[in-house]
Amino acid sequence: MRDTKGFKAYRAVVLTVLGLFVLVPLYVMVTSSLKPLSDVQGAFTWWPSHITLDPFVDMWKTVPLARYFVNSTIVSVVATVCSVAIAILAAFAVSRFRFRGRSVFTTTVLSTQMFPGVLFLLPLFLIFVNINNSIGVQLVGTRLGLIITYLTFSLPFSIWMLAGYFDSIPRELDEAALVDGCGPMGALARVVLPAARPGVIAVAIYSFMTAWGEVLFASVMTTESNRTLSVGLRQYSTQTNVYWNQIMAAALVVSIPVVIGFLLAQRHFVAGVTAGAVK
Amino acid sequence: MAVVTDEAPAATATKPSRRGLDRRPGLSRKLPYLLLAPAVVLELLIHIVPMLVGIWMSFVKLTKFFIANWSAAPWAGFNNYRVAVDFHNAVGEGLLKSFGVTVAFSLITLAISWILGMAAAVALQPPFKGRSAVRTLFLVPYALPAYAGILTWNFMLQRDTGAVNHILVENLGLTSDRPFWLIGGNALASLITVAVWKLWPFAFLTLMAGLQSIPRDVYEAAAVDGAGSIRQWRNITLPALRPVNLVLVLVLFLWTFSDFNTPYVLFGNAQPPAGDLITFHIYNASFLTWNFGSGAAMSVLLLIFLMIVTGAYLIVTGRRSRRA
Repeated sequence: MRDTKGFKAYRAVVLTVLGLFVLVPLYVMVTSSLKPLSDVQGAFTWWPSHITLDPFVDMWKTVPLARYFVNSTIVSVVATVCSVAIAILAAFAVSRFRFRGRSVFTTTVLSTQMFPGVLFLLPLFLIFVNINNSIGVQLVGTRLGLIITYLTFSLPFSIWMLAGYFDSIPRELDEAALVDGCGPMGALARVVLPAARPGVIAVAIYSFMTAWGEVLFASVMTTESNRTLSVGLRQYSTQTNVYWNQIMAAALVVSIPVVIGFLLAQRHFVAGVTAGAVK
Repeated sequence: MAVVTDEAPAATATKPSRRGLDRRPGLSRKLPYLLLAPAVVLELLIHIVPMLVGIWMSFVKLTKFFIANWSAAPWAGFNNYRVAVDFHNAVGEGLLKSFGVTVAFSLITLAISWILGMAAAVALQPPFKGRSAVRTLFLVPYALPAYAGILTWNFMLQRDTGAVNHILVENLGLTSDRPFWLIGGNALASLITVAVWKLWPFAFLTLMAGLQSIPRDVYEAAAVDGAGSIRQWRNITLPALRPVNLVLVLVLFLWTFSDFNTPYVLFGNAQPPAGDLITFHIYNASFLTWNFGSGAAMSVLLLIFLMIVTGAYLIVTGRRSRRA
């Protein structure tokens, strides 16, 4: 039934339309990054008047892109590592122990996912200002503030997903580890974690993507010294010029780490994100 | 992000039995709390406490004079709320309009994303040569950092130098005057297009996973009984995807309604009224005028609205699935 002419025609139409929808912006991004400035200032052309790699060279000078890159990398990597570690512990507790407050915890954590970030933004900004005033820890305008913020963004999802993964690992394995002389943490490290590796990879990618792409908090919590790529890329527009070719080059370069990571671990990610939807 | 399941695992998975790790006396009493402690502390610091502070903020007169010493801000009672919902003054009117724009944006984006995701998932269901390449390609907009994709669209939507007008005017000849896309009335259409571009792969991803869980022989049996593709889709695929769809629709709605990146990166700080989404509106109301009390009141109203919608949605869909 599925291989009828009708279905093949339908598939061809859908793939063509959606393929173009997805590809045209990607094509524009790549080709524009290879155009000289005069090309992107005039009428649009499908092909560069001559291909040049200058935008990829100049983009580092027009704005301090390298610094933003370093900031984004540090913030995203630290937030990811901490987020995954904390989520592993919490998910282990939720999956393996029955204790008072368990459902309150899971419900609260999940419901924070539902709330728009702008809701926390103003109060968090003021709390950070207050922390600075009272105990002198500078959070607004430093990487630390962003790291703390970002690691909690991915935390609820990571806990939820890892708990699901851990649940699928038979408890008999824990018992075997206990018999072999492991403590609970030993069982986590030697049995549960290795078995749940795809899930760990998936939440790590998700955490990194979240931090790398975050815009709202970065726009308020950063100053010139800790600015991340998501805000820094806006600075290619000056009074006189908008360096579209450099913007596209920079957008391409900052996308490469996440797209490669995503595509490499796509299977784990897809399985992770949709775990539970396909029980 | 995604809670792509009908229930939290805590609710669906078998309850942790008092076996294995949980059976050990003494240690296991305290251990779960120790394991949870870091997560709880961070959740409190970033989500719970700020939310409570936000609610408190909405009841005080928190202007730029009190930022440095905000605990001394004078009490305002319900004044911030009164201003926010007084649709005869500028603040209330702005909020109401922005709310209307957001409802339209959210529902249309959700509908188109779902339709595209479904169309692609069905098309990619039977294996064919190049299927995994197509699947990977379709996921790229989702994998890109949001701002990178939106900046590209911003470039494409420029009136004189953008690709969109080039395609419409030069390539297709659909219109002779070059429309503005980032200012004026077309802003909403631009927002929706960009949001759909980023979001539909997620619907695709989720629906595709849902389709894989439907046994093939159900379709074969239906085909033997003479059901065509469309009937198979209506009578087998849609009902089987119901649990996936229930969550997907809710998640898409909450995301689009809370979308900040798209208007912020697409329009910069000069958002056109036709594209004034509510989170961006609140952001501007707070950080451009430094009137945090008013912004907080709007945030609380937004939160209440989202909670009511979510609650109503869960009750309605829960009841229906129980009846079915």
